[in-house]
Amino acid sequence: MVDDTSQTINLSAPVLEKLEAGSRPFSLLIQKLTGIVGKTGILYNADELLVYECDGYIVDKSAPDIVVFPTTTEQVSATVKICNEFNVPFLARGAGTSLSGGCLPIGGGVMIVLTRMKQILELNLRDRYAIVEPGMVNLHLTNALKGTGYHYAPDPSSQGSCTIGGNIATNSGGPHTLKYGVTTNHVLGLEAVLPDGTIIELGGPTAEVPGYDLHGVYVGNEGTFGICTKAIVRLTRDPEAHRTMLAVFQTIGDATRAISEIIAEGIIPSALEMMDHGIIQAVEEAFHFGFPLDAGAVLLIEVDGLEVAMDAEVSKILELCNKNNVREIQRADTPEERMLIWKSRKQAFGAIGRLSPSYCTQDGVVPRTRLPEILEFIEQTSAKYGLRIVNVFHAGDGNVHPILLFDERDQGQIQLVLEASEEILEKCLELGGSVTGEHGIGVEKINFMSRIFNETDLATMEKVRNIFNPRQICSRDKVLPPHGSGNATKVTQTHPARRAPH
Amino acid sequence: MKPGSSSSHPVDITKDPKEIPGSQIPYEKFLDCIHCGLCTAACPTYLETGNENDSPRGRIYLMRAVVDQRVELSDAVRGHLDLCLDCRSCETACPSGVQYGRLIEPFRVDIQKMDARQGKSSQQDWFHRWILYRLFPYPSRIRMTLVPARVMQTLRIDKLMNALKLTSLLPDKLKRMNDLLPRLKPAEPDLPEVLPAQGTQRARVAFFTGCVSEAMYSHVNRATVRVLQANGCEVVIPKTQACCGAIHYHSGADQAALEFALKNLAAFELDDIDAIIVNVAGCGAMLKDYGHIAEEIEGVSAEHKEQLKQLASKFKDVSEFLFELGPIAPQGEIPHSATYHDACHLVHAQKVQNQPRKLLELIPGLNLIPLNESTICCGAAGSYNLTQPEMADQLGKRKLKNILDTGAQIVISGNVGCTLQIDSKLRQSHQPLWVAHPMELLDLSYRGQKPAF
Ligand SMILES: Cc1cc2nc3c(=O)[nH]c(=O)nc-3n(C[C@H](O)[C@H](O)[C@H](O)COP(=O)(O)OP(=O)(O)OC[C@H]3O[C@@H](n4cnc5c(N)ncnc54)[C@H](O)[C@@H]3O)c2cc1C
Ligand code: SF4
Ligand code: SF4
Repeated sequence: MVDDTSQTINLSAPVLEKLEAGSRPFSLLIQKLTGIVGKTGILYNADELLVYECDGYIVDKSAPDIVVFPTTTEQVSATVKICNEFNVPFLARGAGTSLSGGCLPIGGGVMIVLTRMKQILELNLRDRYAIVEPGMVNLHLTNALKGTGYHYAPDPSSQGSCTIGGNIATNSGGPHTLKYGVTTNHVLGLEAVLPDGTIIELGGPTAEVPGYDLHGVYVGNEGTFGICTKAIVRLTRDPEAHRTMLAVFQTIGDATRAISEIIAEGIIPSALEMMDHGIIQAVEEAFHFGFPLDAGAVLLIEVDGLEVAMDAEVSKILELCNKNNVREIQRADTPEERMLIWKSRKQAFGAIGRLSPSYCTQDGVVPRTRLPEILEFIEQTSAKYGLRIVNVFHAGDGNVHPILLFDERDQGQIQLVLEASEEILEKCLELGGSVTGEHGIGVEKINFMSRIFNETDLATMEKVRNIFNPRQICSRDKVLPPHGSGNATKVTQTHPARRAPH
Repeated sequence: MKPGSSSSHPVDITKDPKEIPGSQIPYEKFLDCIHCGLCTAACPTYLETGNENDSPRGRIYLMRAVVDQRVELSDAVRGHLDLCLDCRSCETACPSGVQYGRLIEPFRVDIQKMDARQGKSSQQDWFHRWILYRLFPYPSRIRMTLVPARVMQTLRIDKLMNALKLTSLLPDKLKRMNDLLPRLKPAEPDLPEVLPAQGTQRARVAFFTGCVSEAMYSHVNRATVRVLQANGCEVVIPKTQACCGAIHYHSGADQAALEFALKNLAAFELDDIDAIIVNVAGCGAMLKDYGHIAEEIEGVSAEHKEQLKQLASKFKDVSEFLFELGPIAPQGEIPHSATYHDACHLVHAQKVQNQPRKLLELIPGLNLIPLNESTICCGAAGSYNLTQPEMADQLGKRKLKNILDTGAQIVISGNVGCTLQIDSKLRQSHQPLWVAHPMELLDLSYRGQKPAF
């Protein structure tokens, strides 16, 4: 796996073959791949490749030359080996909901789409794990577990369509991350096809595996460490009881103080989401949910656990909200009311799509106590650029998602949105935070890497990458900024993303 | 430059917009899609193929690319668009409110028209000409056509024909239609024009009878009317009403569809009634869309547009209406287990999901078991069953498996198309389940009768 080149820090990506449509190697490659996945498992005509030119991030586009739909690990491995033989780059794609361009095939090549590998291979309730194929939709796993008393805890807002393989690659979080952790806390082991075609198994269903925690290293690789073909995931017992409430505050300051105090008290809500004045108005304009229009912020607070502990936690939360001038609290104790509240949180995005022809969501993180500062800064930025910015986010872990509203047909506004986004993310860094909470670096944030990490940090990461993916044949030019060589394909941002927040 | 990249497409500005399907669709409707992908796993065809080209996001991307002249309407592109069931599951899933139906439907109409101009219209083949256009809109003709089938079923000749594989001599589409044919009940006598309310009158409604349902499921229509009467509704049934026109509209014959709409406009006295009740989801979705459709079809006068919009707002699915009215609880016990299948044209196109369940919960003894993937299309989708047999079969099997997993004795469906499809899949696998309309069960319960199946 390790070759000489991977020892050098300043490794530049080797030149990979560019495929010319109609050329002999291209036809040969198609022939070989068809031999592996069959006629119905391959696409290579331009009109059918078009939809694969971007994912949830639509700023940059580049279509692959070939798309394959393998159905087994062996097919994935054989495909990867052929790509090596032809020196052609390849990358994995799940549901294509990435918001950072993780599925962008820079320089073309072969796209390995895992949507036909979606079986549950084993459900083991006694030992609380499931073995699934990577193309399984996150929510389908939870649906399959209905009635067993267990669920799969990581619940990104895209869970209705994103895949477990994509979740592992991006180490996805979600509203319930605050209490239950991100994907890496729920992956016990996995099987992967390395960029040279070897099949490896990392970790396993038992809690402790000796040696290095390599599956821990693997999770969050954003597709640059080969193709994940199987995952052993932890199953979480359904909580015995829930309490869900909406707390309406006059000011953002009051709401954030309440958040800090709730957490300082030792209560870990299972979810703690905030909607600001702007988004409340947006939701009201579109759906008439009955939120008070003059409220500064609404907190969606959910606690779960043992029935006996619930009431004490709730009354403590109410007390802390009251102390911070809460205006009113709506409680949702029946499952129907709870569903309604969550629906309104999720529907918030639809409302924005209806309000503005285009919008761009940013994904920054700040230490929780700095939330008021970043929100104030966002407000100032909004005024400075004359752009409407609304906020709905996972407040519990300081992960903000400012949504910038604009019209993509107006070039002037596009420039403003790019500048405003950049300023907000800079501010997150200045406050001791980061430029991505959960969407990943992909191609979108690649230029920020050298601002977050110093040379040594980056060089170490590059060494790790080179152990798995020395030739950068797998998902090239992602995560780590390409450097030092002229042949690295650089992606510059010219246009803000226009996409769903969550 | 890569074939797919955005700057590589030559836009031929000299091309007549008529030659570019979809070019009349307001472009904002494409822009509404923010490419988030939250709709993909809600799409039955994508669930089956895993190919983004067969997903809602992919299809919107393809249609837009055709309009932008980034791709030609090649056979492959067309194939992916044709495979769409128009089930609108994607609309339910989309948080951005994309009106997918308002993209695919006019786009398809354009394709059909282009074909017609090039003389390769599907409207020209015998199947469309005779079966879809001459037969389906007219309940009396369907009923006539069914006479031999009834006779054959009564004499068991159909079984004999099947056993001798004589049916395999029929053309494919006819054979599929034959396979779909349910065990036919004797046709009921015609409905009178007015039926009185039982007890205190609470509403006055008109009833839309539908063509396929009146011909094959006349007993469901009778049950529906009785349930309405039992709930204090006076029911009027105008004789001059016509087919909803859905089949015509969806196969590109928009002028024919418009004619039906105008006939219905003349048939129903709007001032006089609280609602027009529909018990077939597919018709209901079309009828409620008359307003939109009038905007899309060429040459509709402003007056007609306005009137069709008003007419459209009067249509209500029977469950939706009864739920709003406040149903009178039925008393008769139905001691069976049942599972409710969400017809696409109810749940996605009309957003009617809880109402029928709430009504069914009122029936004493009826045990409702949740159905996995209840909102995923069963593959019937209008004439899809006949035009895309392979996908229709795959989805039918998927539905059958989910149904059998519940262990229920009765499958409840609020749409004839689904009933035909599910029933035929059950028969093929020799399962004795009964496929019932919610109104049949309510009717039995109101009348204190037990189902016989
Ligand atoms: C509306 C919306 C809401 C979202 N909400 C959240 C949220 O709450 N939390 C969050 O964390 N993210 C969120 N996301 C981002 C995205 O959904 C997640 O990153 C998700 O995990 C991606 O899964 P996918 O199957 O779509 O992967 P894809 O988009 O297909 O791929 C993402 C990356 O993973 C790689 N990859 C995919 N499958 C494999 C595999 N089998 N092996 C190796 N690499 C693979 C790809 O190469 C790519 O780099 C949201 C996105 C949208 C559009
Ligand atoms: S149709 Fe809706 S859900 Fe699907 S990609 Fe477009 S915006 Fe997202
Ligand atoms: S209408 Fe149905 S089949 Fe067509 S794209 Fe939408 S979900 Fe898929």
